[in-house]
Amino acid sequence: MKARLYGKLGDALFTALLVALALGVLGVAGLLAWELWVGGAPAFRAFGFWGFTLSSEWNAVSERFGAWPFLIGTVVTSAAALILAFFPSLAAAIVVAEYAPRRLGEVVAYLIDLLAALPSVVYGLWGIFVLVPLVRDHVEQPLFLWSAEHAPALMGLLGPPTGIGMFSAVLVLALMILPYASSLARDAIRLVPREQREAMYALGATRWEVVRRVVLPYARGGIFAGVVLALARAIGETMAVTMLIGNSGQLPYSVFGPAATMASVIANEFTEAEGELHLASLLAVGFLLLLLSLAVNLIADFILRRMSVGEGRK
Amino acid sequence: MLRRFFWLVFLLVPALAAGVTLNGAGATFPYPLYAKYFSAYHKLTGVRVNYQSIGSGGGIRQLYAQTVHFGASDAPLTDEQVEAFERKFGTAVVHVPTALGAVVPIYNLPGLSTPLRFSGPLLADLFLGKVKKWNDPRIAELNPGVKLPPFPVTVVHRSDGSGTTYVWTEYLAKVSQEWRDRVGVGKSVSWPTGLGGKGNEGVAGLVRQTPGAIGYAELVYAVQNKIAYGAVQNRAGKFVLADLATVKAAAAIDDFPTDTRVSLTDTPALDGYPVASFTWILVYRDLDKNRAFKSKAEAKALFDLLWWIVHDGQKLNEALHYAALPEVAVRASEANLRALRYRGEPLE
Repeated sequence: MKARLYGKLGDALFTALLVALALGVLGVAGLLAWELWVGGAPAFRAFGFWGFTLSSEWNAVSERFGAWPFLIGTVVTSAAALILAFFPSLAAAIVVAEYAPRRLGEVVAYLIDLLAALPSVVYGLWGIFVLVPLVRDHVEQPLFLWSAEHAPALMGLLGPPTGIGMFSAVLVLALMILPYASSLARDAIRLVPREQREAMYALGATRWEVVRRVVLPYARGGIFAGVVLALARAIGETMAVTMLIGNSGQLPYSVFGPAATMASVIANEFTEAEGELHLASLLAVGFLLLLLSLAVNLIADFILRRMSVGEGRK
Repeated sequence: MLRRFFWLVFLLVPALAAGVTLNGAGATFPYPLYAKYFSAYHKLTGVRVNYQSIGSGGGIRQLYAQTVHFGASDAPLTDEQVEAFERKFGTAVVHVPTALGAVVPIYNLPGLSTPLRFSGPLLADLFLGKVKKWNDPRIAELNPGVKLPPFPVTVVHRSDGSGTTYVWTEYLAKVSQEWRDRVGVGKSVSWPTGLGGKGNEGVAGLVRQTPGAIGYAELVYAVQNKIAYGAVQNRAGKFVLADLATVKAAAAIDDFPTDTRVSLTDTPALDGYPVASFTWILVYRDLDKNRAFKSKAEAKALFDLLWWIVHDGQKLNEALHYAALPEVAVRASEANLRALRYRGEPLE
């Protein structure tokens, strides 16, 4: 029996198992997209694919639905959070991997990873009770008052300084995605071969020059992968954003004012959506969210291919 | 489809237990009360009741999908929904009211000691974004002697679909033509202004955090969390602060409909609080038409449970800050429950 398991039969069984599992993953992903498509189809039929995607009216009373405000909300908050998080996460990675003494580096790395383990509702609560009053009293209101006196044109862009809204949501989102970008960048930096650095030092380079000319170019693939992961995470984040963003789909958005994202509107309205079209529209938003994630991943894959690790400098 | 499957799994697990088990799903607002009812009833009779508070809309859908013995909703079925049930299953849906709830305006104005007074049209204009400052003459006129700060008004509303929003917007639509035309009535509406918070706790949290905010919340939630709320002027012209007595009084209306599907907002009752509503348990009148029922014993158990709720169960309401049913509603429910049938046989 044992011999047979290790022989041809066992091999075939193992292969079959692997293929089945791999196909299973494909099947689940396909089924997910299919279910969302079928569920959302009535909305796409009623308003047209582009009509639904680009319309900015979302009204459950008159049963007119369009996903545009939520699409914009998702794209803007995720992109802003990524821009905010990118440099701090890279800096943290460099410090941990290159500069800090080993012990300290380990502690800092551990703490950053811990940020990723916190449930998002905790971020939301922290945001509401700590960040929002702070941001409101020390950032938004002073800025708003200043603009009221010196640049009234800016007031519309800034929006009501209540602390709840896009600005706070982006800050918390940036903090939430920071560990993802940082830990992938850290691993990539650690993987840079010692010989590369030593060669550089041998040429008389300073530490900064080594980081800039050897470590970062060599690790850029990993750093970029971290950025993509962080972006994907930001696009899908629901709970913390819902708690902080103010949940209003009224365009135009302002910096401090309320907004809404695709994930937040689904989380908000799904349980009590009664009309067929309302429910279908929420599923359609889910389908668009899937498309957006897919697009981000495809673009990322394309870029990653063009700059894969060390390629071109062999 | 996905959700139906999900709940099916959930509902099947407890069904393995011995004895009669009834399953229900629906409104979240009465959930604390129902949990109390069902645990008390279990001690009394041994009948086990599982209640999933998935929201009124979900409750109605589950009842339609026949995965539950009863649904629960904060809003009565619309005429179209009633017809949909009749068309598909050939039976009426009986509404059994269990308690009264109220929605109150909550606000954050530091330094006020007495509750503010609001009129219906003023509330509508606040939530339309037309009254922008707290020291607006229209607010001052209703609150003589109250020192109102010049804060900007920040509107806070529910971001999730909710029976609370339904009751609130229904009231505003009754007292304001502009609200009716621009916003309308619904569990989630397109708000002209303001911030959205998820759940009563979300709205209350935002109101607490924002000086100058005004929002709305369930009376039960406001009382339990000691949140200050305002008085609202009713149709008779009185400023009424919501409490168990004034909410119960809201249902004291003359032409109480036999099916209990009545809107109590903007009540004509003299002492009634104008933003009140029943919450209902929904069952098929011909219980055998609901595939969730496997035997007459289950149907009988449900009948007994509902009978108990509208009578003895009512004593549990007030301790949890839900107003008890007024006499007219109890009488109407008795008649409706007597009309329940299982394969044509009465259950009493």
